[in-house]
This record gives sequence, structure tokens and C-alpha cells, in this order.
Amino acid sequence: MTDQKPALRLEGIVKTFPGVRALDGVSFAVQPGEVHALMGENGAGKSTLMKVLGGIYQPEEGRIFIDERETVMRGPLEAKANGVMFIHQELSLAEEISVAENIYLGELPRKSFGRVDWDTLYSRTDAILEKLKVSFNARTRVGDLSIANQQMVEIARALTVDARAVIFDEPTASLTDAEKSVLFDVIADLKAQGVGIIYISHRMEEIFRITDRISVLRDGAYRGTLETAKTDEDEITRMMIGRSLDLTRRQAPATPGPVALRVEGLSCGDLFQDAHFEVREGEVLGFYGLVGAGRTEIAETLFGLRKPTSGRIFLKGEEVTITSPIDAIARGISLVPESRKEQGLVLGMNCRDNITLPQVGDLTAGPFVSDGAEISIYDQYRDRLQIKSPSWRTTVGNLSGGNQQKIVIGKWLSMRPEVLIVDEPTRGIDVGSKSEIHNLLRELAKQGYAVIVISSEMPEVLHVSDRIVAMYHGRVMREFTAEEVTEDSLIQAISGIEGSAA
Amino acid sequence: MADTAMKSIGGVLARQGILVAFILFMVGFTLWNPRFIDPDNVFGVIRSSAILGVMALGVTFVVIGGNLDLSVGSMLSFSAIVVLDLHENPAFGPALAIPAMFALTLCLGAINGFLIGYLRLNSLIVTLGMLSAIHGLTLTWSGGQNMDIANQNETWFGVFGRGSALGVPIPVLIFIGLAAILGILLGKTPFGRKVYAVGGNGTAATFSGIPRARVVFITYLVSAFCVATAGLIQASRTMGAQNTVGQGLELEVLAAVILGGASLLGGSGTIFKTVIGVLILGFIQNGLLLAGLEFYVQFVVTWIIIILAVWLDIATKRGKLWSPIA
Amino acid sequence: MQNDTLKKLIKNGAIWGFILFQLVFFEVAGRWWSLSDSAFMDLDSMLLLLKQSAPIGIIAIGMTVVMINGNIDLSVGATYALAGIVMLDSMNWPFMEAMGDASIPLAWLFALFTGSLLGLINGVIVWKTGVDAFIVTLGAMLGYRGLVFMYNGENPTYHLNWTMVDFAEADILGLETPAIVFLAVVLVVWLVMTRTVHGRNAYAIGDNREAAVNAGIRVGPHMVWNFALIGFLAALSAVAFYSGSGSVNPNDGMLFELWAITAVVLGGTKLTGGRGSIIGTLGGVIAIQLLRRGLNHIGAQTETVNLVIGIILIAVLFLDRQLNRKGAEELKV
Repeated sequence: MTDQKPALRLEGIVKTFPGVRALDGVSFAVQPGEVHALMGENGAGKSTLMKVLGGIYQPEEGRIFIDERETVMRGPLEAKANGVMFIHQELSLAEEISVAENIYLGELPRKSFGRVDWDTLYSRTDAILEKLKVSFNARTRVGDLSIANQQMVEIARALTVDARAVIFDEPTASLTDAEKSVLFDVIADLKAQGVGIIYISHRMEEIFRITDRISVLRDGAYRGTLETAKTDEDEITRMMIGRSLDLTRRQAPATPGPVALRVEGLSCGDLFQDAHFEVREGEVLGFYGLVGAGRTEIAETLFGLRKPTSGRIFLKGEEVTITSPIDAIARGISLVPESRKEQGLVLGMNCRDNITLPQVGDLTAGPFVSDGAEISIYDQYRDRLQIKSPSWRTTVGNLSGGNQQKIVIGKWLSMRPEVLIVDEPTRGIDVGSKSEIHNLLRELAKQGYAVIVISSEMPEVLHVSDRIVAMYHGRVMREFTAEEVTEDSLIQAISGIEGSAA
Repeated sequence: MADTAMKSIGGVLARQGILVAFILFMVGFTLWNPRFIDPDNVFGVIRSSAILGVMALGVTFVVIGGNLDLSVGSMLSFSAIVVLDLHENPAFGPALAIPAMFALTLCLGAINGFLIGYLRLNSLIVTLGMLSAIHGLTLTWSGGQNMDIANQNETWFGVFGRGSALGVPIPVLIFIGLAAILGILLGKTPFGRKVYAVGGNGTAATFSGIPRARVVFITYLVSAFCVATAGLIQASRTMGAQNTVGQGLELEVLAAVILGGASLLGGSGTIFKTVIGVLILGFIQNGLLLAGLEFYVQFVVTWIIIILAVWLDIATKRGKLWSPIA
Repeated sequence: MQNDTLKKLIKNGAIWGFILFQLVFFEVAGRWWSLSDSAFMDLDSMLLLLKQSAPIGIIAIGMTVVMINGNIDLSVGATYALAGIVMLDSMNWPFMEAMGDASIPLAWLFALFTGSLLGLINGVIVWKTGVDAFIVTLGAMLGYRGLVFMYNGENPTYHLNWTMVDFAEADILGLETPAIVFLAVVLVVWLVMTRTVHGRNAYAIGDNREAAVNAGIRVGPHMVWNFALIGFLAALSAVAFYSGSGSVNPNDGMLFELWAITAVVLGGTKLTGGRGSIIGTLGGVIAIQLLRRGLNHIGAQTETVNLVIGIILIAVLFLDRQLNRKGAEELKV
């Protein structure tokens, strides 16, 4: 394989933004017929590199070769013309127009007077869709398709040209297992045709299942390429983060106090059904499951953002009805939400105002907000959580992801909750902040908080939880204690494998 | 050292650009024609800007809360017509006409607030619909006739538009007083903070236990209150009104608010900046008149200034003068 | 699935259902309550209705395109007035007067050029500065109106040319010129939006601008064309109307933008872009005009028409949201 001409080769790519060297001399090559994984932490430079390949950014230094021909790509169209195709993580489709128009967006076949040549368009599209064995046709409106089928439209787009390299950016994020295997078949087909494939994913199992080699980026720099068959997770992780992340399993079992929150038969329509669990003071309860398994929705229901269709909630043994976040906060429940930027922070506000937001109505002197009270709360949580921000006046949008997440956690800690729910505590933040936040969650439990942690990362759940609830398709499949849980049993439980249910 | 100084000057320019522009503008015009800064002239300008200004104060709340209010123009006509009609109604008289008019106008604001805050309908379309509906309401009320106060010498009603205290015209006092009160409400109280949060990120505000619907509702009440006040000044100044007296004002008001630097996306802007925006519009008009230019040139100048102001604002934020759109 | 199809049918057919309802309602109400002795649905009055809806209708068609594209244009009313002034005033210029009736097409051309140019200016500003179209055209609404007043102060501009009036009032099968122009505009723009690459791209850009950029569509120039189109149509509307009336007031066209947007939204175009139809807007325009006439027909005060249209606009928005609701599982934010 290595003696072939690479389908795509990068040489010393450098791209800087004001104050940041986003890509610092990245070089690697993808052979024809190879599936090449590109890995790295969020912020390592993967997406910048992809934008360079897609012609959206121009590198300051370095060269791109396609079939060993040096190529300069000044825009998305040129990338496409050179046979570099993308399958984006976030769907980039227009919902109101047809599948065919989306697939040939930007180059609809024309007749005279600028008319669309519908016959050609539909017949070409149907030919491609046939290869993908999908259940919809060229005329279907994209908005009527499921997310997975929309993903297939994205993939179909990549097949419209004689691609030399196809880049898949987290393509399985919203796919079911069955759809995943169709996707992997498509990738195998492309591979057989001698196309070079770059596969970006955080999911180790997929990386080991379909890729041939793995290149790793860290802090914008290329750190090396590994043969998938000759490496393991640990080596990849070390390369990605520069050291081993301490994700050892918890040893000392906590000594939990009385039950803080108990949930009985809680359901919300199709989202989750009949959930039973309890969390005690001084313990961390982990929720693990795939995206869409209903974990976040349970948290939102507990926080009064969704109306349960049935079931009962008890706080300290007393049955409660929670109809709004205001209710939940008054009863001592706090939620650090899943999406920091959309749900957690007002990005245009300063650090202090974000932290004090839920209680600003109480921090008053007369009718006015008390500056002193606010700043003292900010100072307290800045020190406690080691938030690195130039001043309380700094706009939150200008902080790093880790510090932003600490602001959100600080905001809810300052409410002194009985039950703290943390949804995806470390999504998209750097490794250093990650372990700080893990330590903090443990520390909070030690101080007697009842903590619920929802996470999609198994090592994280294993690392911080005293007990783990595994969810699959809206159902609680099984509950594990830290001692009895194994990775295999956890994976089985969240995949809905029969017999694993408690 | 010089570098940090430059940076902080740059920061001030970016944050207070509109104020800097305003000062330069004032200085320039004064050098050219000293009459410009004459107290009489200044009060004259503020006085003629008062109606627009009072309305802009309320719209600032709505815009910071992330919404629009296009109904303020026809609401102004409504309040002016209603207060004049009730004034002439022997059962009411001026003392009852004014609170009755405020109550009715606040009802209209409540309808806006209910539809947009609680039902979560798009504010552009709702207030567009209300613009039309309130206009219809006004015409129905007046029967399409202009309203006038018959015995203008026998009423104290003219004090709000024509009176003055300590040499300062009452409309100016109302404008300044209301601006101070609303400026404090927005800048210093928990409610004000909530308005910024709801406009900056409504979802995050909800997740923080802020009653988004109620906050939006109240911003529309504030807007309606300001319109009622402006309507009172208008009716009192002219002692009569046409059904269309406020027509087109909604967009001029919005222009003043945007010129002051509030973002249409919500979450940014201040009362002080809106006042500056209003004054800029007023002084441009005045300056151009003093320069002997036609009255209507001000519209063209306003157009250019609005676009330049917003353009510079977003250009500083994105760090590039020209838009990246291909 | 069944439910979805039904929802879609309701959505797309709603405006025509509403028109039908109005026709029946006003006909029946007019007769039964003997409020009116004439029939509501006679041919002549329908043809007249089409003519009366032409000025706003032509603009609304342009507004549909701009809104599908994800923009808005608030300056059309001022553009309309300015184009009208240019047309009528140019016929008073000495060399134009010397040309006699041959000056008519030239005057039209001047007007259309003016409109297109004003639209073009908006488009280029939106493209190059990246300032939101709402703000750009809000400013232009003031600025262009300022130009209108600078042209001739507060005086009306007039020029009466009987040949031109005859032309404006000529009819084919009872359809007068403005109505014909309106229908022709509907047809042409409908073809553009459904059949041509430009039209299809307009939907894609309004729906997902980033995707369109990534697909290599030149979004900036595309939007400029659409702004030029709405400017052209605003001028065309002025040509169709003022050729007959012969006199422009500087306040003419005020609030046209709001009426046009109302018609477009009634016709089902999404505010955020990406969805909408020319035929729907035609329905919206007719519905508004029908309401006007209908209320008149049953003897309601003409003033109520504003009230009713405002309420209907809000009701449509409310219904649309109800149809799009996800039910009880919705997140309460």
C-alpha cells in the first residue's frame, strides 16, 4: 500500500488566526483505497485542517497534493473540482428542496434560459441513490427524511463526482446500528474503488473497526501516524493528550447519606418510560447511554423543563411536582445543561452576571442589584473553581471552553443545591480542565452533595460514579455499582442486548 | 505602555463609538456655526425629539429583550386620538381622560406581550399585525375624523406639550425624567438584568430559572407606557390629532435605537445609548437646517449614518471591514 | 404520516380555503342580511379586484423572492414613489416633450431603471457590508423617501398624457393593463422560482446559507440580483399605476412594504427564508383585497378592514405554530 502514489498528501500546512497558530506544519498522506482516521482533542486543529482541505481557509504555508499534483484550492467549488468531497458532521442540507437539488446544489444541470434540466437531474440522482440502497427517491423533500436518511443524502453528494478523497466528519453521531452498517458498506465500496478516505471520529470502536491507519493532531501539530492493527486505545490517547489521562476506576466507595432524590416510574411520552432510580447525599450517580437514550430528557424533566406523562418524584422523601425551572431551583435542584453555549451561558454577558443570573433577584440592596454581593459571589467561585478570567467584566464568550464550563458549574454551585445534575460535564473542553472538573465532581460528593452525572464517555462515567444507570431507548436497562460494573456489561446494557436488563 | 494605551483607546472607540461620533459631530457643527450649541437651539432640538425619544426608550427594552415593536407608530395615533376624544367627553374631562388612555394603551401593549411572550409568536409579524389592527381600531374610534379640542383656552391639558418649568420645556423634562427612570430600571435592577439575559440567550435564561415569557411581556408593557406618554405629549402639544399622526414613526424609532447601538438580535444596548441615538437624529436634522439644506436631506443623511454605524459595529466585531460573503 | 400529509394540505391550501370562505361568506351575508342588493361574486367586480390589488401585488411578488432568499426589503414603498416621480417628471423634460408620445416608453424605462438601481444599491450594501437586510432597507426606506421629497418637495408631481392613460386603461377580456401586468409578473416569477437554477438556488440560500456557500453558490451576487428584482418590480408597479393616474404624491407608497409583507406571510412564506411560493402570495394578495371589498359589500365600515387583517395575520401565525408543534413532549423553553 505504501508504495502507491498517495491520493492526498499534505505537506507542512500552517494556518494562523490572530493569537493562535491553529495548524502548525501538518503533514500526512492518505493512500488510495485507505481509510485513514484523523484524531485529536477538540481544538486540536481537525476542523481547521478540514476547512483548509475544503478550500474555505487558505493556509499561509504548506502544500496540498492530489495524486501527487500540487493543488491550490481557493474555494469549496475548487475542492470539489479536484475530487475532494466532504460529509459534514452538522447536516448542511436545505430542508425545503428536494433530495436531488441538495445533492447537486451549486451545479444543477442547466438548459436554455437558466432552466433546470430536471430529467437529467433526477435520473443522475436516482442512479446514485440506487447504489446507496435507500428508501427515498430524488424527488423527496429533504425535510421529510429522518436524520439518518439526511445523512445518506450528504453521502450521496460525495458520490456525484469522481472523488479522489472523501472526508467523513463524525458521520455516525446520529445513526442507528443498522444505518451505521450501511454507511460502513458505502465506505468499503469507496475504498474498493481506490478512493482515499479520511475518517474523523472520537469513537474508538469505529476507528478500530474500519480504519487502516490513524493520524493524530495535538495543539495544531501533527503528532504521528499509527497502523490501526498495531496500536491500542492507550497509545492513541497518549498521543492525543500528550500524557495518559487519569481515568482509573474509583476505588474507595463513598459512604452515602440519606436519599436526596427518588424517582418512581417516571415517563415522558416516547422519550423515556418508567424510570426508577435514587441518588443519595454524598454520592455520584452516573447516567450512561447513547445519544437519544433519554438521559438528557430525564434531567430536563427533573428540572421542570418537560412535563412528565406519569411517575412520581420525591425530594428527601417528600413527593413534589416540578413544573418549571423556577420550581426546581426553589426546591434545590440545579442543572448544568448539555449544551454550554446554547443552554448554559449568555455568551454576550460578563462572567459575574452569568454566575449570578439565577439569583440576581435576591442579590439586591433596596430595589437595585448589589454590585458588592455579586462580585463577592463571583470572587468566591472564581477561587474555588480556579476560573481563569482576566476580570469579572470579561465577556464569557471570550473564555476557553473549560473556563466557560466552570462558570456554568459555578453558577449552579452558588445556588447551594441539594441535587446537582451535570449533563456532559466535559464535552469539548481541554484535558487539563477535564480532570479538574472530574476532581471537582468527586469533591462535591464528598462534601455531601447528591450529584447526577450524565455522560457519553464511558471512562468518565466509570471514573466519577459510585453507581451507574445504563439507559437504552428511553428505558433504564440496569443499575451497576462501581464495584460490579465492567465495560462489557455496560456496553451490553446500553445496546439493549437481551438478558442484560435487571 | 503606548501599546496598551492604544488598545484601551481602541476599546473605548469600539464600545462608545457612537458617543465619540456624536461628540465629534457636535464639535464640528459648533465650530462651523456657534449658534448650534446655543441653549435655545439645544433645548429646541431636544424638545422636538422628545416624542420620538420617549417612544425609543420603550422600544429599547423590547429590542434588548430580543424582539421588535412595529406597532408603536399606530399605537401613538391611537393614544393621541383616544385622549383627545375622552377629553372632549364631559363624562371624562382631562383628569380622567389621561389615566383612561394610559390604561387602554397598556392593554394594547399587553396583547403584544401576551402573543409574543406567552404564545411565543414571531414579534415582527405580530406587531405588524397589531400595526394594522390598532390603526383600524383608531379609525373606528374616531370614525375617520380628526380630533380637536374645542376650547383650547379652558383646559390645562396643553401643559404636557406646551408648558415649561424653570425655563425647560415640559416635554424635555418628561423625556429626561423617563430616560433616567428607565435607564436605572434597565441598568441597575434585577428586572433589567433579566431583560438582557432573555434577549442575549432566551434558552439559557429559561435554564437559569428566569420567567422568559413574563419578562418579554413586561418589555411590551414598558413600550406601551412610553407610547402612551409620547401620545400625551403629542396630543397636548397640538391640541388635536389626525388618525395617522404616528404613521411611519415605528421605523424611525427603531432607527434611533439601532443607531444607539442596540443589536436587533437582542441582549445589547442601553438607555443612554438610545438617548444618544435620538439626539444624533435630532441634531443632524437641526444642523442640516442651520446649514441651509432642505429639511428632507436629513432622511438621506440618516440612512447613510445608520448603515455606517451598524457596519462599523459589526466590522469591529468580525475584525474585517468587508463581509466574508462570496 | 397520514397526519403529516393532512397538515401539509392544510398549510398549502389554507389561503385558498380562506379565499373561498370569504367568497361564500360575503355572498351569503350580503344576501341574507340584505345588507347589499348586488351579488358579491360577479365577474366585473372580480376583474376590478385584480386591478386594484396590482400595485401591492406586484411588489409582494418581489418581496416573496427576497423573503424566500432569507432577506427582507422595507424600502419598496419609497422606491415605488421615486420611480413614479421619475417617470412622470421625465415626461416634462424638454427633449421628452419634444418626442411626443414616443417619450412614453422612454419614461417607463427611466422608472424601471431607477427602481432597479435602488434595489441594486440595497443588495450591494447587504452583500459587501454584511449588515442585516432588515437594517439596510430600513435605512433605505428613510433615505429613499428623503430623495422623493428632495425631488419635488411636498408638491405632487404630475403629467397627464392621454395616450398613456388609454394604454393603462386598455383591457383584454375585461382585464385592464395593471391586472395583466400583475398576472404576467406572477407567471414569470413563478417560472423563475420553480424552473430555473437561480430560483432553486434562492430556496437553498434562504434555507441554509452556509450549505449554499459550501456548495460554491455565489451567495452575494445572487442576493444582489434579487434586490434588483424587487426594486424593478416596485418600479413596474409604479409604471402600471401612475401611467393611469398621472400624479404622484410624495407620501405615496407609505406602508406598502408592510402590506406586501402581510400578503407574503398570509401566502405561507416562511419569515426565516427557504420556504414560500409565488402562487401562495397571489392568494395572499387576493385575500387581502377580497376582505377589503367584502367588508365594504356587507356595509361594514372600511376602517374595520385594517383591524380584521391585523387579527387574521396574527391568527395565521398562531395556527401555523400550532400545526408545527411537536406535542406534549416539547421542551418548555
